[in-house]
Amino acid sequence: MLKDITLGQFFPGNSVLHRLDPRVKIVICIAYIVGIFLCNSLAAYIFLIAMTVLLMLISQLPVKTVLKGIQPVVVIIIFTAVLNVFWRGGETELFSFWIITIYLEGVTSAIFMMIRIIALVIGTCIILTYTTSPIALTDAIERLLSPLRIFKIPVHEFAMMMTIALRFIPTLIEETDKIMNAQKARGSDFSTGSLAERAKALVPVLVPLFISSFRRADELAVAMECRCYRGGSGRTRMTQLHLAKRDFFSILLTALFIASVLLINQYFPIYVV
Amino acid sequence: MAEIVIKAENLSFFYEEDDGAKIPVLQNFDLEIEKGSFVALLGHNGSGKSTLAKLFNLILTPESGNLYLFGKRVDENEMTDDELFEIRRRIGMVFQNPDNQLVATIVEEDVAFGPENLGVPPKEIRQRVDDALDFVKMKKFARHSPHQLSGGQKQRVAIAGILACKPEVIIFDESTAMLDPLGRAEVMSTIETLNKEFGTTIVLITHYMEEATKAGRVVVIDNGKKLLDGTPKEVFKETKILRKAGLDIPQTTLLLQELADMGYDLPRNALTPEEGAEALAKILSEKEKIK
Repeated sequence: MLKDITLGQFFPGNSVLHRLDPRVKIVICIAYIVGIFLCNSLAAYIFLIAMTVLLMLISQLPVKTVLKGIQPVVVIIIFTAVLNVFWRGGETELFSFWIITIYLEGVTSAIFMMIRIIALVIGTCIILTYTTSPIALTDAIERLLSPLRIFKIPVHEFAMMMTIALRFIPTLIEETDKIMNAQKARGSDFSTGSLAERAKALVPVLVPLFISSFRRADELAVAMECRCYRGGSGRTRMTQLHLAKRDFFSILLTALFIASVLLINQYFPIYVV
Repeated sequence: MAEIVIKAENLSFFYEEDDGAKIPVLQNFDLEIEKGSFVALLGHNGSGKSTLAKLFNLILTPESGNLYLFGKRVDENEMTDDELFEIRRRIGMVFQNPDNQLVATIVEEDVAFGPENLGVPPKEIRQRVDDALDFVKMKKFARHSPHQLSGGQKQRVAIAGILACKPEVIIFDESTAMLDPLGRAEVMSTIETLNKEFGTTIVLITHYMEEATKAGRVVVIDNGKKLLDGTPKEVFKETKILRKAGLDIPQTTLLLQELADMGYDLPRNALTPEEGAEALAKILSEKEKIK
């Protein structure tokens, strides 16, 4: 039952985006977010939508999957839009009733805000989570942050923790499943009763899960010690990341994207918010 | 005489209880393991056999006695980190639960973990990983995630992870205990090939008699003391002592011994079912002739 949960949201594929160096992807993603927040006019937002659609096409991901990425933030999108429509003042009055007055500026800023959030979620999903395996992501974070080591920040240790967490998620899910079945066989009921009752029924699942996790951690630590693990110092890596032509090219394109946004803001200031 | 890789002299070890009481695990234990040999350490749960393995790998420090590894006396307190890790590299260890010894989310990354820790250059790591996976016949699973594998496959990946460090001795601490019969057979045949083809010294800790029969030498441990030591044939003859130590005797041996007690002319030290069948067939055909 629990086994069917998909981990992360990585969709393996072979598009250019999939093959980009994960370090470059993180940098591009940050630049893209900066680009989104630089947009301040209708023309710029249209350009942003066009670019996001283009990104989606390059990634070769099914449209449905990409749109699903918005699902968790729908509430936030609606909430932001409503706030903007009702509480933003302006000069052009559209509609007035009792104490509520809606201005044109409020509506446009609400629409822009919605586009901004949707583009943000879809963009980061396409660039990072959908097209990069969690292990590549962890690896890239470790390498990008490695300069921080001179400030005594344990970058390698954090990356190792993330890797181990990723490694043990399926194992622990399987174990939870087993314990739940064992408790069901002893007559416990997880699916009926009030929320409080159901939460209480989970205690006999969580306690053994916790205990076994500690035992696992202990055994893993010994096994790692036996394989000569002693932290990040003096460690080499099997996979070496090399920047390819496409990586430089994509960085160039991202720079162009930001430059275009700035130019459009400057020369086509329609509905500036 | 072959070089002695592990030598325990008068080794003792205690576990301390919460109230400070000391529970003896090993008492004045002596053992010598020769280079290239295949030794099975046999004992029931709590006999001290796993503790012994952890002492050999310097995960635990002995209370008293001397431990010589590769001809040198070792004392953890007098060792530099580099020396300690060099010992751990030379003495690899495979544990019981395959899940709790795999670190990475991809098989080949996990095999690379050991050599990466040792600071081996990337190209050589690649070579070692490929060779190790090839040896345990897991090459086609190189890009899989460990949780997609069966127990036996995971355990073979764990062995590959140790092999990639190029150890001279590998200790298997009940490595087959959690596997199904098929997985157990896979792992056992990997262990045997390792010993025969690469001359790797194998210390197999187990409580399965059938596995111990594959070894060149069997050491039976009970209550932290050495009970028996010899070839499988010599050891499994001692039915009474084995029973007292809470161990089962291989079924074939048991059958032939009981028949022998009844007066039939059968060997008392047959170990494998094949050997047993042969001995029985011989007797039966002789009977036919008499008739």
